[in-house]
Amino acid sequence: MSAPVATKNLIEVRDLQVHFGLNTSFKSRLTGRGGASVKAVDGVSFDLAEGEVLGLVGESGSGKTTLGRALLGLVRPTAGSVKLRGEELVGQPERALRPKRRHLQMVFQDPHASLNPGMTLQTALAHPLQIHKLTSGNAETEAKVRETLELVGLYPTERFATSYPSDLSGGQKQRAAIARAIITGPDLVVADEPVSMLDMSVRAKILDLMIDLKHRIGLTYVYVTHDLASAKFFCDRVAIMYLGRIVEIGTVDEIFENPKHPYTQALIRAIPEPNPDKALPRDLPRGEIPDAARPPLGCAFHPRCPKAFDICGWESRDMRAILEQRWVEGGEDLYNAERPLVGDLEKLDEAGHDAFVPAGSGKDPGALLAMLEKIREEEPDEPLWKGVNAMNAEAHGVRIAFEPGIDPPLYDTDSSRAACLLYKPE
Amino acid sequence: MADPVLSLRDLRIWYGAERGAVRAVDGVSLDLLPGETVGLVGESGCGKSTLGRGVIGLLPAGAGHAGEVNYKGQNILELKPKRLRAMRGPELGMIFQEPMTRLNPLMKISDHFEEVLKIHEPKLSRKEARNRAMEALRGMGIPPTRYKQYPHEFSGGMRQRIMIALALVLRPAVVVADEPTTALDVLVEAQIIRILADLRRNFDTALLLITHNLGIVAEACDRVAVMYAGRVVEQGPAYDITTKPSHPYSRELLRSTISLSTTELHSIPGAPPDLVSPPPACRFHPRCPDAMQICAQQWPTTVATSPGRRSECWLHSKDQIPKGLDAPLEREALAAAEEA
Repeated sequence: MSAPVATKNLIEVRDLQVHFGLNTSFKSRLTGRGGASVKAVDGVSFDLAEGEVLGLVGESGSGKTTLGRALLGLVRPTAGSVKLRGEELVGQPERALRPKRRHLQMVFQDPHASLNPGMTLQTALAHPLQIHKLTSGNAETEAKVRETLELVGLYPTERFATSYPSDLSGGQKQRAAIARAIITGPDLVVADEPVSMLDMSVRAKILDLMIDLKHRIGLTYVYVTHDLASAKFFCDRVAIMYLGRIVEIGTVDEIFENPKHPYTQALIRAIPEPNPDKALPRDLPRGEIPDAARPPLGCAFHPRCPKAFDICGWESRDMRAILEQRWVEGGEDLYNAERPLVGDLEKLDEAGHDAFVPAGSGKDPGALLAMLEKIREEEPDEPLWKGVNAMNAEAHGVRIAFEPGIDPPLYDTDSSRAACLLYKPE
Repeated sequence: MADPVLSLRDLRIWYGAERGAVRAVDGVSLDLLPGETVGLVGESGCGKSTLGRGVIGLLPAGAGHAGEVNYKGQNILELKPKRLRAMRGPELGMIFQEPMTRLNPLMKISDHFEEVLKIHEPKLSRKEARNRAMEALRGMGIPPTRYKQYPHEFSGGMRQRIMIALALVLRPAVVVADEPTTALDVLVEAQIIRILADLRRNFDTALLLITHNLGIVAEACDRVAVMYAGRVVEQGPAYDITTKPSHPYSRELLRSTISLSTTELHSIPGAPPDLVSPPPACRFHPRCPDAMQICAQQWPTTVATSPGRRSECWLHSKDQIPKGLDAPLEREALAAAEEA
């Protein structure tokens, strides 16, 4: 594997977790136990070499933004470790973290919301300098502000220093936000979708600026985005995230030339290509990113995965999805014929490898079993059936025993590392 | 060729502002054929959304207009509000960008559909209305088992598909979709594009698809109109324009799109002009890499560069440029940050 010249690691992340408590009762909050949680970031590890650009790519709800913020301590990790030049950041009190933020800065997605509308750029950019006591005296502060404005292309600087955010276009605001991030001389800048709110014609300029700054002042970036095309251009390495985990990580060449994880393959194929002669055939995964509060069993991607097989974690909720999918595609008559045989579908929402499909009221479980067998026969390519060990009619419905799944860690492949059971060593 | 279902003739729309009229749409002529998908592309602030709203008569009070939006032999801009409202839905539909803000959180999906059908097709029985609604939802991949749920129980992509079903359930002749996938993720966006692309095969609905993403145009549109500063500068078959753009703006816009095949970044210098006082003559000349002296002095004529394709640029009628005016235009260098 050809990692870019790794001088030394600026950031080391190990088993980082950010869990948010949900609807927790007073008692569970008091004891810190019980209560559901959303695992926004669930055991993520990676290293970031100095001068490197790492892309965190995923859909909404994949935890990429939370991970970016957790690196800076803007959200509190619930476990794990983040080390900046060997120094632990997790678990430090805010007072200890604050001076370190000089070295760790962030550029937010929405430039219209991240600048204070009541501050001129001079004031906005001077704040970090004053807070971190980086300059002495107004003249020095002003000079530093002007120099930074120049650096991000906001010149004539006299004009921009006295502008308010409302005087600026979207691209100019994002330049100002970048200026504010780099004025403290940070080592790491976490850029959270810095170009997604901007017009196509401006995106390239902002990315150009970020590349330019990387070379001129030696920045290391974490680039959080859902846009694989810009990540391909901008990053050295890319981590693909899905439901709080890194599912594939590798160099840009590895990820784009030879993607290993079926999710990465799907993402790459889904990018709209403006040149119709270069468009790739689509093979979109079904469904959407699941609820992070109730992630699928086994591999989190299995319900959507075209390559899933028996040990991927098939379970009761997948059965519901298969039935609903069938009724969407089969049309009204099929729905009217089959729906009454099945009872309350919500009974299937309890996750488990042992699923019970209730029969409709007054319906014979034998008829329900016959229907399920018929579906299995009609749709033999449906990957779910590979995970079904047994289906038996019981008193009030049909019991399905699924093969228990495995939750895949990152496995080595012949190029990147991928969390997919296809690459599980024997 | 079939008769257009909707035809715009020299459409102008402006808003009053303190500094003068903002000419958001400034002389646009465009036809929509039955069952056709036309992409409308351009940067922010070029009048795309205003045009889209003008087409279905949804202009804010105070907006001035001239020219024609012809639908079935009548200019819809001249219709009485009541008549227009009756047409909106069954004849002219709209799909908005933010599906969550367009669905009533207190109403079930079933209520949304049944309300729409009750108002516009009062003759339908409840059962028929239900069947129509479920059929429309099924077409968008929403399971019939979820018909009675509330908007918050659906994901963003499903909500957008519900919105599309809601626009299509009345089988309108024309639908305007304003950036329908901008708020969505890559995979969901791809699903919606596929649905829109299927739409033109299965329905007779003409779709005006407003987007800033040329990748979507290449995949889902039959024809494309490129808009700059209130004008359609180029229109023609989507394949031709995305492979061989003839207007410099279309070409630069394509080059600045970042796709997987991007090997170097490219951007258009400057920003779209202020529509209160746009540049004289060709509006793109201050940013155009091919600008000649004539471009700053005389309005270019619209030239049919190939069948079904029109482009508004002096490059296509070089023989008509007076001598000496075809020299490259000299301009002041733009500062790096003069941009949108």
